[in-house]
This record gives sequence, C-alpha cells and structure tokens, in this order.
Amino acid sequence: MVEAVLSLTVLGVILGVVLGLASRFFKVEGNPLIDEVEALLPGIQCAQCGYPGCRPYSEAIVNESEAVTLCPPGGISTAALLAKKMGVELNLSTMEEKEKTIAFVDESLCIGCTRCFQVCPTDSLLGAPQQVHTVIPEVCTSCEACIDLCPTGALRMVPIETTVRTWHWHKPESPGHQARTR
Amino acid sequence: MQEYIMLIIATALVNNVVLVKFLGLCPFMGVSNKIDSAIGMGFATTFVLTLSAVASWALSTFVLEPLNVGFLRILTFILVIAAVVQFTELFVKKFSPMLYQILGIFLPLITTNCAVLGVALLNTQESHTFMQSLIYGMASALGFTLVMVIFAGLRERLASADVPESFAGAPIGFVTAGVLALAFLGFAGLAG
Amino acid sequence: MNVFGIRGGAKVSGRKESTAETPIEKMPMPRMLHVPLQQHIGVPAVPIVSVGSRVRKGQLIAASKGAVSAPVHAPTSGFVTRIGDYLAPHPSGLPVLTLSLEPDGRDEWAELPDTLQLETATPKEIADRVSQAGVVGMGGAAFPSAVKLSMGNQYELDSLILNGAECEPYLTCDDRLMRERAEETVVGTKFMMKALGVSKAFIAIEDNKAASFKSMQSACGEGSDIEVVYVPARYPMGSSKHLVQAITGRETPANGRTADLGVIVNNVATAFAVYEACCLGRPLISRIVTLSGEAVSRPANYETLIGTLAAELMKQSGGLTEEPQQLLMGGPMMGQPLQNLDVPIVKGTSGILALRRMEIPEQNVMPCIGCGSCVTVCPAGLMPMAMMNKIDHDDVDGADDIGLRDCISCGSCNYVCPSHIPLVQFFNYGKGKLKEQDKDKIRHDKIKVLTEARERRLEKQGVH
Repeated sequence: MVEAVLSLTVLGVILGVVLGLASRFFKVEGNPLIDEVEALLPGIQCAQCGYPGCRPYSEAIVNESEAVTLCPPGGISTAALLAKKMGVELNLSTMEEKEKTIAFVDESLCIGCTRCFQVCPTDSLLGAPQQVHTVIPEVCTSCEACIDLCPTGALRMVPIETTVRTWHWHKPESPGHQARTR
Repeated sequence: MQEYIMLIIATALVNNVVLVKFLGLCPFMGVSNKIDSAIGMGFATTFVLTLSAVASWALSTFVLEPLNVGFLRILTFILVIAAVVQFTELFVKKFSPMLYQILGIFLPLITTNCAVLGVALLNTQESHTFMQSLIYGMASALGFTLVMVIFAGLRERLASADVPESFAGAPIGFVTAGVLALAFLGFAGLAG
Repeated sequence: MNVFGIRGGAKVSGRKESTAETPIEKMPMPRMLHVPLQQHIGVPAVPIVSVGSRVRKGQLIAASKGAVSAPVHAPTSGFVTRIGDYLAPHPSGLPVLTLSLEPDGRDEWAELPDTLQLETATPKEIADRVSQAGVVGMGGAAFPSAVKLSMGNQYELDSLILNGAECEPYLTCDDRLMRERAEETVVGTKFMMKALGVSKAFIAIEDNKAASFKSMQSACGEGSDIEVVYVPARYPMGSSKHLVQAITGRETPANGRTADLGVIVNNVATAFAVYEACCLGRPLISRIVTLSGEAVSRPANYETLIGTLAAELMKQSGGLTEEPQQLLMGGPMMGQPLQNLDVPIVKGTSGILALRRMEIPEQNVMPCIGCGSCVTVCPAGLMPMAMMNKIDHDDVDGADDIGLRDCISCGSCNYVCPSHIPLVQFFNYGKGKLKEQDKDKIRHDKIKVLTEARERRLEKQGVH
C-alpha cells in the first residue's frame, strides 16, 4: 500500500512541477487573435456595429463569439474573412448585398456650417467656414456618420454608378435548382 | 527492421485505430470539417499519442511492475495523458492562436480520446519493447491523421455538393465514414 | 519542326468554310463613325479635339494617359459632331465615352511621320512609333503593343511568336490577312523583332490553314530567322500561353507572363499594324472583321474603319436572313454577347457573328453528374466542376484556393459538359467578384492609413 501512495504522490509532484514550468514558459500576453481580427476590420471606428469601436467589436468576436456580420462598411467580404479566421459558418441572412453608396454634397444647398466634416474618420469630407463643402469619393467609407448633422439636407448618400470598368457578370442560376424547378 | 515496417503497416492501415478499432471517433467526426483543422488535430494527437505511449510504457515497466502496483495502471496512465494534453494545449495556444480557436473544446478532449488511452494500455497488454511501443504509438497516430485528413477532404467536397437537405451535415458525414471504413477493410490480410 | 502538345483542349468544328475562300472586301464609307476612347486595356484616352472641329484621316483625336494606355486617331476626315456616352461594345450594355465623327467624303490624310528604316531604327524609336500609332493587340486582348514591345528592357527575351493560330470557329480574318498581306506582315515582324531585341521568330499557324502556311513561308524566304510552323488545330491553341507551350514545350508559371520564359506573343494583325505604323507612318484606324454565322445572308471578311457600326457591316452583307438566336462580338467560344448591332467596331473586334438556334449548343441545363469531362479538357489544368460547386454555394474564396484566377475563360469546359452547365459563366462571375474583393481590400487599407493620419492630425492640434 505504501508503494501505491508513494508512487502516485511522486508522479503527481513531478507532473505538477513540469506543468508549472511549462505554463510560465508558454505564457501568452493577452490574446493575439484579437489583434488579428482587428486587422481585418476597416478601422474607421464608426460604431455602426453597436460597439464603441473596432477593438471592442474584435474583443467581442473573440471572447464572446459575437456574430461576424455586424460591420456594414466592411460588408460581406469582411464578414467572410472574419468567418474564415474564426473558423465559423458564415450566416449571411442578416446582411444584404447593400447597394454601394457614398456621401455627396449638393452644392446648391450647402451653407458652409462646418458641422459635418469634423466627424469624418478619413477626412474625405472637406470644408471650411462659409465655404461650400465637398466629398472626395475615392476615400469615402460610407460610414454615414455625417449625414444626420447637415441642417439643410445638402449632404446625402448617393449610389455609386457602375461603369464599363467596374461591371461584372451576375451569378448564373444553380444547375441543380434549374433541374428541380422544371 | 522488417518487423518494424510490418508493425507500422499493420497499425496504421490494417488495424486502423479509427476505422477498424473504432477508437477516437469523437475528434474524427468533430474536427473533420476543414482540412486545415484536421491536419492541426492530427499533429496534436500524434504528439500526445507518441509521448503518452512511451511515457506510459516507461511508467509501467520501471515503476508499476517492480513496485507491484499494477492496479494503479489506469489511474496513472490517465494522469500522464492529461499532463501531456495540458502541455500541448499551452504550446498550441502560444504558437497558433488560430488553431487553438478552431480546435476549441476538442483539444482538451484528446485526454479522453479513447485512442490515446487505448494505445497506451494495448502496449502493456501486448508486452511491447521500448521500440515497439514507440512505433506502435506513432503508427497509430499516423493512421489516425491519415484517416482524419482523407475524411476532411471528403467533407469539404460534400459541403459544396448537391446533398438533399435532410442529409446535409452530420447524416451524410456518417454515411461517408461508413463507406470509408468499408474501403479500409480492403487492407485486411495485408499484414498476414 | 517538332511541336509539343498542350494540356487538355477540345476539338471544335471550324465552321470557317463560308468566309475562308473569299478575299477581303473593303467596306464603303459609312455615314457616321463612333470611335470609343477606351478600346484598350488600361487608362482611357483623353480627347484633344472639340465638338465641331474638322479632323483629317489619321489625326490624333485622343491622347494616351499614363504608361498603360493608347491614343486614338480619326479613321477618316470629317467633323466631330459629339463627344459623349455611347453604347459600348460590351456585354453590360453600359455606355463608354465615344467621339462621333461625320465623314466629309474626302478621306484626306493628315501629315504622317516619316518611314522608319529597319536597318537604322533603334528599338526605342520603333516602340515610340508603335505607341504614337495607337497599336494594340489585335487578337482581342487589346493590350497596348508599345508596352509589350518595350519588355526587352525588363525581361531576358529570346524569341517572338506570331499568333496565326485563329483557333475560334467562324473567324477567318487572320487567315485571309496571312494569305493576302503576307509580305507586309513579315516586314512588321522584323520591326517587332528589332524592338524586342530578339533574333528568332516563329509564325504559328494551325494545321487546317495550308494556304496561309504556304503564303507566309514564301514571304519569309529561305534561311530566314523567321520560321513558319504548324501547330495542331486544337482549341484553345490561340491562347498565348498555350502557344508558347506548344512551340517551346515550356509552361508559363501561374501569375506569370510568357516574358518570364523569354518569349513574347503577338497576333499577326498586330504585326501588320506595326508595318503600317513604321513603314507608312499610318496610325491604327482600320482592321479586318469577319462577319459570319448562318443568319447572315452573305458572310465575308471586311476591311473596316474603326468606329463603323456593326449594323453597317451587316447591311453590306445583305442583312440578316432571320432573327438570330445570338449576336456575338468575337468568336463563339469566348466572344462577348451583344444586345443589338448598333455597336461600333473597335481595335480588338475580330468578328461579328449572327447565329441561328441550330448553331448554338443545347441550353437545357441538368445537374452535374461528376463525369469529369471538364477536368480532362481544361487547358489550364483546373477542376471546373469543383470550382463551379464552390461558387454555386457562394464560396468564391474556396474556388480561388483551387485556382480560379488561372482560368482563361476559354469555354472548353462548357463545350464538353454533357449536362450543358454554363461553367464559364460561373467562373466569369467568380473572377468578377474576386476583382471586386481585391479593390475593396486596397480601399480598406487606404482607409486605415487615412484614419490613422487623421488621428495624428487631431492629436497635434490638441483636439480630443
């Protein structure tokens, strides 16, 4: 009996020491996965996802298994990348292929009040007091932070036009579906 | 040398731990959705299986038998396996957070993977030598990884195939596993 | 010369009999010309003449912008009536910036630059002349040729291959060019060789074009450093990477160019255009177009001014015999479908087809049976059925992992599929989506940079 108790105790102590050393050696500061997830998000801190910024949303995705489909500026492509990173199924039922829009200033209505461009996260909306404001379309992120601030309704979201250079083919009908619905 | 090669073939293919001995079915069905996670799980299990097989053999040969406490075998084996799995978990978490996230609960569940304990116990039961238990452990893990990866490849194809709704996911997965087991029966008689 | 095989490929019926044996006809001057300012890969040309001004034949009307661009010249003398959006020769039916020209009937040439002498011209002079003449790849890709000819500076090149394969059914414009204008094409080839700095050239002709072979061979002469070779008549032999494989036996790496193997490929019509630019000083303002298909009364090849509407060509051919099932710009395998014939001919238009129902394969789509015919036939070595399944389930990234970007959209898989699944349409959709995703990624990276810059600006200003 003594041998049984002794051998078990010794084994337990040895294993405990080894694991203790291992846990110190392999210590991980924070969760690097959160940094990797944050790198995939657009980073404009628009809060449309419901979290105060991109970092809190990344933390929620990693720690609380929050849905990956909450980022409108990121769109479906970002949701797909996040789903791949986290190894989860991509459920796009809550996201639609939103028509791409950018902000546009109607110069006949703008009064130069300067309220809008101060909140633009990328400085694509420019202006100065008493000067007509304008948007640089290439870098507008469609985060819509500026729209509600305009007192005259000069600022609105307009759809991006498709040109010959940006057009691409639409998805053909699924062959299985075609057969079943004949 | 010849004997070891026969042992490898017999353990990895003929008596495949998953499809013939039916041990370790839990991660086989649970982690085989994607080839990447299957490979990761395969490596983790290989590491754990080999190390535990050798460690348990040493424990059994140099401590339990001489001290005549053979009845402690199951308890001490599980202790060793649990420690190795914990070590592996710390390692994976440090060096591949993504794999850690993807494997999820299945990583600590290697502890109760009956393949690991099964191989460790079988080593003692069949009175293997050191080399034999090392090779037995590695070959079982090789067979496990092989089957995991093949099955993961099949499941990835199934995901984009035209499967009837009622069969999609687990049902067709199990049916495919059965057919794969049928295929592996073809190896019977290879090792005499 | 021994040629190598290509991977896969389909044997398609030629259907070239109706136009192969009749000589090229010159199109009469149309009433109006509509010249698109983007007929090439790269940045659209910028108009430099104004509405109402009179231009002469060959005069520069739009300048190239940037390194990958090509200028546009007036196809005849006349008045500029409009510069604005016009229906583009594109499946989307969207408009493109187009310059409309009303011919004044005089067909008066503008001042043209001097002839270049082959012996004394430097490679740079040749490339510059080709650039000024607005020459682009006439096989359909319309890549600015001057950029291709300057590749001798970046890559180690040893040979030029002239693409006279013309593997698409119905099209015979290159065939007729080689039979009727062989001497000029060979001169153009020599200028191209000088510009690229290569000493060897091959003219590749499919083995169903014996007359072209004889014609080009006699134009090259004995002991020339230009060798005329037969290549097997197998679709898509005309694809430049596959042509290089057939002649050199080397496979172009994925994401690579034929220049990586030391070979440049150009269409025979491009060589003719280079001859016109270097020896006659003329810019690219016309090309040969095949008008074919059983719905056309009298199929033929026409020497056509750029900007002529396809409807004019059809009228010249006696009109349609019946309502066609499909109108195509290009060949039936890779051609772009057209909604109507009111589109202008551009530099890359090799043919206009009006096909009857009988000429188009069965449209009755059935589920995939996993037969693997598409895998056997794919010249790029891909797995069309696997990629199609993934795209069908909205996993375009999964299709990218198994090589979607290497698909050349040749249509061989469509041709052999027993279930008549429109495989290429899936891949065109997938590739379009990938392009969009790439653009989005670049945009996202830019946005990150700008957001951080703004944060720094606000910190400096002490706001926050």
